Amino acid sequence: MNFDPTYRSQKFRSVGTRPRRPDGIDKVTGRARYGADFNMPGQLVGRILRSPHAHARIVRIDTARAEAVKGVKAIVTASDLPDLTNGNQSLFNILDNCMARSKVLYDGHAVAAVAAIDANAAKQALKLIEVEYEVLPHVVDVDAAMLPDAPLIDKTLFTGGVEPTPETPSNVALRSEFGHGDIESGFAQADIVVERSYRTEQTHQGYIEPHACVASCNSDGTAELWVCTQGHFVFRQTCADLLGLDVSKLRVTSSEIGGGFGGKTHVWVEPVALALSRKAGRPVKLVMSREEVFRASGPTSATSIDVKIGARKDGTITAAAANLRYTNGPYADIWAELGAMTSFACYDLENVKTVGFEVLVNRPKVAAYRAPSAPMAAFAVESTIDELAQELGMDPVEFRIQNAASEGTKSSYGPVYGPIGIGPTLEAAQSHPHVKAPLGPNQGRGMACGFWFNFGGQTCTDLNVNVDGTVTLAVGTVDVGGSRASLSLIAAEELGIAYEDVKAVVADTATLGYNDMTDGSRGTFSSSMATISAARNAIGVMRHRAALQWDIPVEDVTWEDGNAKASGEKYGNLSPLSIKEIAAASGNTGGPIAGHSEMVADGAGVSFATHICDVEVDPETGSTRIVRYTVIQDAGKAVHPAYVEGQYQGGAAQGIGWALNEEYIYGEDGRLQNPGFLDYRIPVCSDLPMIDTQILEIPNPNHPYGVRGVGETSIVPPLAAIANAISNAVGIRMTHIPMSPPRILAALNRERNQ
Amino acid sequence: MVSVPVSTTINSDEVEFLCRADESLLDVLRNRLGLMGAKEGCGTGDCGACSVIMDGRIVCSCLVLGAEAEGRTIETIEGMADGNELHPLQKKFIEHAALQCGICTPGFLMAAKALLDANPDPTEEEIRFWLAGNLCRCTGYDKIVRAVADAAQEMRGKRA
Amino acid sequence: MRYERPKTTAEVTNLLAGAVGRAFVLAGGTDLLVRMKSDDFEVDLVVDIKAIPSMSEISETADGFEIGAAVPCAVLGENKALVAAWPGVVEAANLIGSTQIQGRCTIAGNLCNASPAADSVPAMVAAGAHARIASPDGAKIVAVEEIPVGPGETSLKKGEFIEAILIPKRSPRSGDAYLRFIPRTEMDIAVVGAGVRLTLDEQGGIESARVALGAVGPKVVLSEEAARAIVGSKLEEAALDALAEACSAASTPIDDKRGTVEFRKHVVGVLARRAAKLAYKRAGEN
Repeated sequence: MNFDPTYRSQKFRSVGTRPRRPDGIDKVTGRARYGADFNMPGQLVGRILRSPHAHARIVRIDTARAEAVKGVKAIVTASDLPDLTNGNQSLFNILDNCMARSKVLYDGHAVAAVAAIDANAAKQALKLIEVEYEVLPHVVDVDAAMLPDAPLIDKTLFTGGVEPTPETPSNVALRSEFGHGDIESGFAQADIVVERSYRTEQTHQGYIEPHACVASCNSDGTAELWVCTQGHFVFRQTCADLLGLDVSKLRVTSSEIGGGFGGKTHVWVEPVALALSRKAGRPVKLVMSREEVFRASGPTSATSIDVKIGARKDGTITAAAANLRYTNGPYADIWAELGAMTSFACYDLENVKTVGFEVLVNRPKVAAYRAPSAPMAAFAVESTIDELAQELGMDPVEFRIQNAASEGTKSSYGPVYGPIGIGPTLEAAQSHPHVKAPLGPNQGRGMACGFWFNFGGQTCTDLNVNVDGTVTLAVGTVDVGGSRASLSLIAAEELGIAYEDVKAVVADTATLGYNDMTDGSRGTFSSSMATISAARNAIGVMRHRAALQWDIPVEDVTWEDGNAKASGEKYGNLSPLSIKEIAAASGNTGGPIAGHSEMVADGAGVSFATHICDVEVDPETGSTRIVRYTVIQDAGKAVHPAYVEGQYQGGAAQGIGWALNEEYIYGEDGRLQNPGFLDYRIPVCSDLPMIDTQILEIPNPNHPYGVRGVGETSIVPPLAAIANAISNAVGIRMTHIPMSPPRILAALNRERNQ
Repeated sequence: MVSVPVSTTINSDEVEFLCRADESLLDVLRNRLGLMGAKEGCGTGDCGACSVIMDGRIVCSCLVLGAEAEGRTIETIEGMADGNELHPLQKKFIEHAALQCGICTPGFLMAAKALLDANPDPTEEEIRFWLAGNLCRCTGYDKIVRAVADAAQEMRGKRA
Repeated sequence: MRYERPKTTAEVTNLLAGAVGRAFVLAGGTDLLVRMKSDDFEVDLVVDIKAIPSMSEISETADGFEIGAAVPCAVLGENKALVAAWPGVVEAANLIGSTQIQGRCTIAGNLCNASPAADSVPAMVAAGAHARIASPDGAKIVAVEEIPVGPGETSLKKGEFIEAILIPKRSPRSGDAYLRFIPRTEMDIAVVGAGVRLTLDEQGGIESARVALGAVGPKVVLSEEAARAIVGSKLEEAALDALAEACSAASTPIDDKRGTVEFRKHVVGVLARRAAKLAYKRAGEN
C-alpha cells in the first residue's frame, strides 16, 4: 500500500480524450434521479415555517391548531432537536441554523416544520402555527454591522484574533492577518500608490435544483437519507451528531445533484426531515422552494474591501495591503480569512499585509461559493492593479508579468510555491489573438487574474475487477460535473484497458469508507489519486494471479497495457495474460479481484487563471454587454478536456452574472426583496457570447498524472476583468459590484457633470 | 376540493387522471404519472426546467393547470427518444458535453426540439433568444448552443 | 378551489358574478399560477375561458383587429397582417417572458394583471387600443388606459371580464414602436418602457402622436405633453430633447429592486427618443 503520488511524465492513451459520459443517457432521457425524484412507501410531505423577521426573539410557538389539521402527522420545533452538540460551537451553529432556538437571526430562518399526508395539509398547517415574536433591531450591511452602536447579533461574542480580547461584544467575530515584510517601508519606496475602497453585494450559487431529501427513521435507531449533496459522508456525520444516531446506522445516498457550487456542502433541511420522520414514524420528503433556497440556504458574503498598492516607476510593486470585511451571516466562519489569504496570491511581493474581519449580520448563513471569498478580493486587487498600470503607463499584462509569482516565490499567505501557472497564463494572454482584435464604439477590453488553493483531503475508493474483465469503480466523491467520466478514464489509463470497460458509480455511505465532500476542486484530483492507487493495488493482485497461473515468482510478472507479462527471457514461451483471462480464472486463483485505497490526498496544486473580456457599454442607459470572453487556466493535466472547458466556461458565466446583475436586495425591514430567478438575475443564454477557453498543462508534481483541481478558479477573475473592461470602454472606475445599469449610469452622469 | 377528471394524450399515449383543481401539470406529471423528467427549479416559470410541449408549443408545465391538459397533446422528455434510439438533440448534448449536472437538460432538450420543429436552421442569436427561458448555471451555455446548432445541421442533412 | 371551463361568454360572466370568495379568469395563467404558488394567495374559483372558440381568435374587421382574450402572444407574432399594421404592439407583446411564457401569455392578461411594468400596455395605449368587456348586463368598450387604476388594481367590476382587445385600423402614414429597458437581454420585468405611435402629414411632419410610458408611475402614463413635444416636428434633435424632457417630467417612478428613480427618469427619455425614431421611420414607410 505504499502509494507514490509523484508525477511521472508519460504518454497517455485514455487521459486527455473526450469520451461520452457514463451518466449521459440517463440525463438526456429524464431517467436520472435527483433529490426530488425519489419516493418511499408511506412518505409524507415536509414543509418548513420560516421567520418573516430579520432579527427577533421567539416568545412563544403554539402548534396546537396546526396539529389538529387533518392529515398532519408531525410538527417539530427546536425542542424536537435537542442540543447534543456538547459545546461544539460550529456544530451548535448548524443546529441553530436548521431550526431557530431562542432567536431568529435572518428573514427565512426556520422556526418549525410540518409533515403531512399531502402538500395541501402541510400548507394549511403552516398557516396555523402561531409564533409570537419580539422584533429586535437588525443589521444587514457589513460596514454598518461594524459600527459601535450596531444591533448585536450575539451579545456573547468578543472579537477573536486580537490581543487583548476586547471588553465589549461586537459583530466582528474574528480578525485574521497574513503577509510578510514591512509594508510601511515598502510604500515609502513607491513612486505611485493607488488606494481604493470597494464593495461587493451578496450573491447566491443559484443551482437550478433546490435542496431536496427523503428521510426515513426507524424505531430501531436506523435511518436512511436520500439527498442531493456535495458530500454524503459529511451529511451523515452532521446529521448523526445532531440527531444522536450511530454513524453506522444512518445510511446516506447521494442523488444526482442538480448543481451545488459550494451551496450543497452544508445541511440546511436534512436534520429537520429526519426529525420529522422520527416523530411521525414515516418517511418524509422535504423539498425547498426556490424562495426558500434564496432566503435560507447559504449565499456568499457581501464585502467591503480597502486595497493599497505601491509601485516604482519601473513597474515593480513595492508594497501591497488590503483590509477585507466579509459578512458571515449570523454565525462566525472564516470567509474574510480566505479572502485575506487569496488577495495577493498571484504576485511576488516583498512587503504585503492583508487583514480580514468576519462580520455577523442578519442574513442567511454564508456557504462556500466556488473559490469562496476569492472573487471579491480579486475584484478589489485586480481593479487596483489595473489602475496602477494605467498610472504607470504600462500594459496591464506586462505589469502583471513583471510582478507575477513563480516557482520559489513565498506566497502572500505563507507557503512557498512549487511550479505554478500564473506566469504562463499571462504569457498565453499576451500572445492570444483576443488581445489584438479591434474594438468597436463604446467597447473596451479588460483582463484580470485569479487564484485558488484547491483542496485534497480524505478519500476512499474501491475498484472491482469483474469476472469478464470489466471494472466497477466505486468512489465516494459526488459527481457534480462529469467526474465519473474522468475517473473512468483514469482507471482505464492505469489498468491499460478501454474506457468503455470501466463503470464508475458514486457509492453510498454504507458501502465505502469516509470521503470528504466534493468541494475545493478536489473531486477529480483526490478521487483520481485514490483510483490510481486502487488500480495499482488491483494490478498487484492480478500479477499474483498470473504468477499463480504460470507458476512463476510474482517478481517476474509485469503489467503492461492491460496484460500480465512474464518478464525476462526464461519465460519466452508464455504469451501475456489479459485482464479478461486473469479475471475469468479468478474463481480458481484466489477469488474476486479488487483494489482498494484509502488516503489523505495531499498536494493539490494551486491554480491560476487569466481572463480577457471585451464589453460594450450603452452610455445612455448604463447597460453592459459582454462581447467576447476568453479564459486561460492551468489544469495541471486535463483528464477529460471537454469537462475542463465546461468548468472554465461555467465559472466565467457565474462571474459575469455576479459582476453585472446578481445581488441580494434587502428592504428597510431586513427582508430579502428578490428571492426568485425573476429578480435575482443570473445570466440567460442570450446574455452571453461563446466563452473561449485555453487549457494550459503545468503538471502538479504531487499527482501521478499531474492533475490539479480545475473547478473553481474560473469564477475569480471575471469581476475585475469586466470592471477593467468597463473602465477601458467608458472611462469610469466601478468600485461597487454588481455593476448594474443604474450604478453605471449614475457613475457616467457623475463623470459628465464634473 | 373536488378532483377534476382529465383525459389527455401524453407522448402519444392516451392518459386519464384525476387531479386537484389547483394542481399544476408539473405536479401531475411528477407525482401522479411518474414522469419525473420535468424538474421544478422555481415553480414560477423563470427557469424552464419543467418545459414540456403542449399542442406544439413549448410551455412551463409549472404554469399550466393539470385540468387544462384536457383534450391536449403533451410531449415530455420521456417521449423524446424513439425507444432506444436517441433523438439527434439528445445525442449531440452528450457528444458536446452540453450538460454538467444535467438538471436543466430535459427542459433544454424540449425547448430545443420545439425550436428546431419551428425553425430547422436557426442562427446562434435565434438559438440563444429562444432558449433564454431555460436557465443553466453550470455550462455558461456555450456547449449547449453548439449542440443545438450541430443537431440542427444533422437533422437538416437527414431531411434533405 | 373550483375549476370551471364554460363554453360561452354568458356562462363566464354568470360564474364570475355568482362567485363566492375570490374568482379569477384563466387564459394564459402566467401571472395567475405564479400567484397561486404563494402560500399567502387564496383563490376559490378559476374560470378557464379557452373552451370558448372566439377567445382564441384574431379577426380583422372593418374597424381594425379584434384579439380574443386567450390568444397567446406568440400567435400575435405569427399574424402577418397584425405585425405589418402594428409592429410596436406585437413587439411589445412578444417581449413578455420567455418562449415558454409566449406560448401562454396574453395581452388581455397582461392588462388585467395591472402591473405598471406590463410591456404590452404602453404599446396598446399608444396604439389607441380598447378592451371589450363582457358582463351579465352586456358588453361595453373601454379605452385600455382606463383598465388599470393602480398596481394590481383594475376598474373591472365583479362579473366583468375582458373578452377581446380591439386595435384600430392603422391610418395611413402611421407607425408605432415600443422599447423597454431590462438589465438582462431577456426574462426581466421592464424597468422602464416607452410606446410611441405617430402619424405623419404628407410633408413628413408629425401630425399626431401618442406617447405611453411604463414602469414610471402607479399605472401606464399617457403623456400629452410628450406627444405635443413632437407634433409638428420631423423629430429634429430639439424635438427629441423636448420629448425626452417631457417623458422624464411625466414620470413619477419609485426606487425599487428593479431600478432607481434617477435611472428611470433618465432612461424613459432615452427610450422615448429611440422609440419615436423607430415609429417615425415606420410611419414614413407606410
